[in-house]
Amino acid sequence: MTDAPLTEDELHAYADGALPSDRIAAVESYLASNPDAAARVAEWRALTSAIRERWGAVADEPIPERLLIENVVMRASGLRRKVAFAATIALMIGAAAGWFARDYFSAANDQQMARALADAAIEAHRLYINEVRHPIEVRADEAHLLPWLSRRVGSPVRAPDLGAEGLKLLGGRLLPGSRGPTALIMYEGTGGERVTITATRAPRENQTAFKWRASGEFGALAWFESGLAFVVAGPAERERLDRIARRVYAAYEVAPDRR
Amino acid sequence: MTAVRRGLEPLIPALRRFARALSRDAETADDLVQDTLVRALRAEHLFHGGDLRTWLFTILLNLDRNRRRGLSRRPTLAVIEDVDPAGPPASDGTGRDIARGLALLPAEQREVLLLVTLEGMSYREAADVQGVPIGTVMSRLSRARSTLRAHIEGERPQLRSVP
Repeated sequence: MTDAPLTEDELHAYADGALPSDRIAAVESYLASNPDAAARVAEWRALTSAIRERWGAVADEPIPERLLIENVVMRASGLRRKVAFAATIALMIGAAAGWFARDYFSAANDQQMARALADAAIEAHRLYINEVRHPIEVRADEAHLLPWLSRRVGSPVRAPDLGAEGLKLLGGRLLPGSRGPTALIMYEGTGGERVTITATRAPRENQTAFKWRASGEFGALAWFESGLAFVVAGPAERERLDRIARRVYAAYEVAPDRR
Repeated sequence: MTAVRRGLEPLIPALRRFARALSRDAETADDLVQDTLVRALRAEHLFHGGDLRTWLFTILLNLDRNRRRGLSRRPTLAVIEDVDPAGPPASDGTGRDIARGLALLPAEQREVLLLVTLEGMSYREAADVQGVPIGTVMSRLSRARSTLRAHIEGERPQLRSVP
């Protein structure tokens, strides 16, 4: 035992079982003659036990599917390939309409952010699809459409081929957004229905599953990927929009960097 | 499978436990763990030896801070109900008091206390996770314990000893 004066830190270390062995006797004899300090140490230990009792069992729960290592690995490698793609989707929202400029990203969690973004996209969709003459700023046949949107959004923006869903690319538009410009791309179907894809920068590198929102005749799927927020909006047919959103994903996976 | 992948798997239960105590919401906690694992895998080329556990807890704390920053911008959404169904029944006062008491602590103090008590980390490891000197860990730990002591005494005049 050494005779160095006792410190508060040593009492904590003693309570945590972290005290060097050559100091244990000194601390114990101090505690024996200082009941107040002994009571404090006992309470700290009781607190530790209570914390372990309260949450310790979480480590024994079965691990949820999404946290199994195979699934996490798959997710991590898939994301890397998707980085570029996401931006592809950018869309258009009414240039004059500033509503995308509201700060959706201050929402408490990704679910709320996704919902807010989807609602905004539905609103924009409603506004622009009825625009017969100027639904878009730059037509699909103008070569600078995608380079222009990509440059303004700050990530490669792509327009996947949605011919299999009966959709033809009309063109794109740039909208104001709280994190910088939002790209909007518009498609038109054989029945005259329109589908829009928007892409904008998200504040964090979150990833989420597709979140579905519907409002009247329109629906939207929103997701976050690699620092970007995407929304596909169109007629409220969940299955079709789901297929479209997946096509956007897939298109990106096979050609990550092609523009 | 790389060394990082092999090393991650056995750490998942502890990450879940820590995240649950930190966020007090099972869904939020697993979201944090998932984001932590994905991030670690995507950055595994940046991990050159060292302590994998410390590194993962550091990532998790950073993500949690981002999450809380998001919450604080929206005060109306910041109310976190204690709805964890895995907790002990309310009739047993201890668990609830602990959870409520922890919620009163500044985040850095809550983090240190949980790293040391729940996760059994050494002060050195806790300091590495938080990226602060050991002295800072000690003072955070000390303040956390005296705040909780006062809180528990306030709620229950006689502190029951926990077996």
